[in-house]
Amino acid sequence: MTVQQLSIFIENKSGTLVKVLQILKQAGIQLIASTIADTAEYGICRIICSEPARAYQMLKDAGVAVSLCEVFAIELNDEPGKAADAIELFAREGISIAYLYSFLLGGKGVLIFRTDNAERAREVILANKLSYIEEKDLSKFQ
Amino acid sequence: MIWNNNKECMSREQMRALQGKRLHKLVEYVYHNTPFYRNKLQEMNITPDDIQTIDDITKLPFTTKQDLRDNYPFGLQAAPQSEIIRIHASSGTTGNPTIVGYTRKDIGVWSECMARCLTSFGITREDIVSVAYGYGLFTGGLGVHYGVENLGAAVVPASTGGTEKHVRLLRDLGITGVACTPSYALHLAETMEKMGITKEQIKLKVAAMGAEPWTESMRKEIEERLGLKAYNIYGLSEIMGPCVSYECSEQNGSHINEDHFYPEIIDPETLQPLSYGQQGELVFTTLTKVGMPLLRYRTRDLTTLQPGDSCSCGRTSVKMGKICGRSDDMLIIRGINVFPSQVESVILSIPECAPRFLLIVERIDNMDKLTVQVEMRAEYFAQGFDTFEPVFKLEKQVSEKLKSVLSISAKVEIKQPGTLERSEGKSKFVIDKRVLK
Repeated sequence: MTVQQLSIFIENKSGTLVKVLQILKQAGIQLIASTIADTAEYGICRIICSEPARAYQMLKDAGVAVSLCEVFAIELNDEPGKAADAIELFAREGISIAYLYSFLLGGKGVLIFRTDNAERAREVILANKLSYIEEKDLSKFQ
Repeated sequence: MIWNNNKECMSREQMRALQGKRLHKLVEYVYHNTPFYRNKLQEMNITPDDIQTIDDITKLPFTTKQDLRDNYPFGLQAAPQSEIIRIHASSGTTGNPTIVGYTRKDIGVWSECMARCLTSFGITREDIVSVAYGYGLFTGGLGVHYGVENLGAAVVPASTGGTEKHVRLLRDLGITGVACTPSYALHLAETMEKMGITKEQIKLKVAAMGAEPWTESMRKEIEERLGLKAYNIYGLSEIMGPCVSYECSEQNGSHINEDHFYPEIIDPETLQPLSYGQQGELVFTTLTKVGMPLLRYRTRDLTTLQPGDSCSCGRTSVKMGKICGRSDDMLIIRGINVFPSQVESVILSIPECAPRFLLIVERIDNMDKLTVQVEMRAEYFAQGFDTFEPVFKLEKQVSEKLKSVLSISAKVEIKQPGTLERSEGKSKFVIDKRVLK
C-alpha cells in the first residue's frame, strides 16, 4: 500500500537539482517518478526510485538534506476520471491530500500521495478495495 | 544662532584650561569611585595628581567596548545607584548589551548639548520639532526629545513607524523641524509622494540627521525632496547619545561639544595620537559625566579632526569630519548597531543550523535591508520530513531570535547544507552592498 519516497530539500536556483541527480546517476539508481514542489526560495524534490534505501544513504553521505518516508501508492486503470473517483473517496471522509503526483507503470496509472491522516486513509483504501502497489512491485525496475 | 556663546565660542586657551581642570577632577573621581579605573591607574603607576593639564591625557589608559562587556552591567558606573535616574542600552558584540546609567546632572548636560545642536541648525522656541528616532533603550529618541524641550521648542514624539500618520502631523501641525535617520527622511519623502502631499504643503525647514552614515548626495536629495536644510548630528550611547557633535551653517564638519567630550584621533594599530587632518580612530573622554564616566573611550569610528576656531559660524570648538569607516566589523543598519558576532551567537544557539552564516546588507528604496543566510543541517531534515513545514519553522525560529538580539528585523534564507563558504576571516561573513559615496 505504501512505497518509499526520497524527499530532498533544495534551493530554488540553477545547479542544485543537477547535483542531486548526478549522485543518483553515479550510483546507478533509476528514477521511476519525480516531482518538485517549490516556493519562491525553496524546493522539495520528491523521488520514487529503484533501491531507495541505498539512494538515501548515498545522498546522506554526500551531505544532502534528504529524508526517506512512506507514501501511499494506489493503482488505477489508465482511463479518464479514475483519479477523480479515487480521490473523492478520501474527500468524503474529510481526509486532506498534502501532495499528490502520478506516473504510469506497466500500463496502469499509479497515484502517489500523502494525507493528513494515514490511518484513516489506509481504512479507506481497504474498505473500497482500491488496488495498490508495494515496494516489491517496483523491483522489476531494479 | 548660538545657544551658549560662553562655551561654544570660548578662546582656545580658556578651553584648554577648562578641559585640563575638568580632566584632573574626572581622574580623581573615577580613581575613587570606579574600581576598574583605580586598578588600571595603579597598575600604570598613575595617581590623579599626575594629571594636571589636558596634555596629560595621553598618560591615561584607553577604554574599549570589551571593557564594558567584561564589566556588565554596572561595573564602570561611578555614581551610586541612588543617583542614577535613567538607563539606556545599546548593542553589545555578543549577547550582553552595553548599559549606560545617567544621573540627573548627566541628563542636564545632555539636554544642554542637544540644545546647542538644535540652535545651530536654526531651531528656536517658535518651532515644532518631531522626533522620529526610536524611543526606548536607544538613545536617539529621548536624547533629542529632552534637547528640544530644554530649548523651549515644542516636541512631537513621533518615534519610528506610522509614517503616514507622521506625514499628516507634519502637514496639519505645521511642524518645522524633524530629527531622524537620513534613510527615514527619504522614506518620509516617498510616503509624502504616495499620499500626494507636496513639500509646499508642509513647513519643514530643518532636519537633524544622525545615527547612520550618509553622503553629500543623500543630503542634497533630502534637502531637495523635503524642501529643508539637513544637518549632521553625531553621538554614541557610551559617551552620551546624540549631541556629541553637530554641524553649523557651513555644513562642513561637526563642532564637538569639547567642554564635555574631549576628542582625540589615534592610530588604531599603534594607539599613538595623530594630528589634525590625519585619519584615524576617534576617542572620547567624558570630562563631566557622573553616571558612567569613561577615559579615552575608543569609538571605533574612523574620521579626522580639524581646528574649528576659524569657522565662519563664530564657534571655536574642534570639528570632526564625516565618519568614513570602522576599525571593527560593526555595521549600522537602519541606525542600529549590528555586530556579526551577535548573529553568530544566535546561529550557534540553534541546533538545526550549521555554524555558518552570511549577512547581506542592501539599501532598497533608501531603506536598509538585512538578509541573513543560514545553512540547515542535513540531519535535521533527515528526521522524516517531506514538506516545507520544517523549513518555514526554522526560518521563523531564526528570524525571531535575531529580532530579539539585534532589535531589527532580518529576512532569513535557509540554505542547503554545504552551500555557505567556510571562511576564516570575519569580514567574509558580511556582504555590504550599500553604496555610500
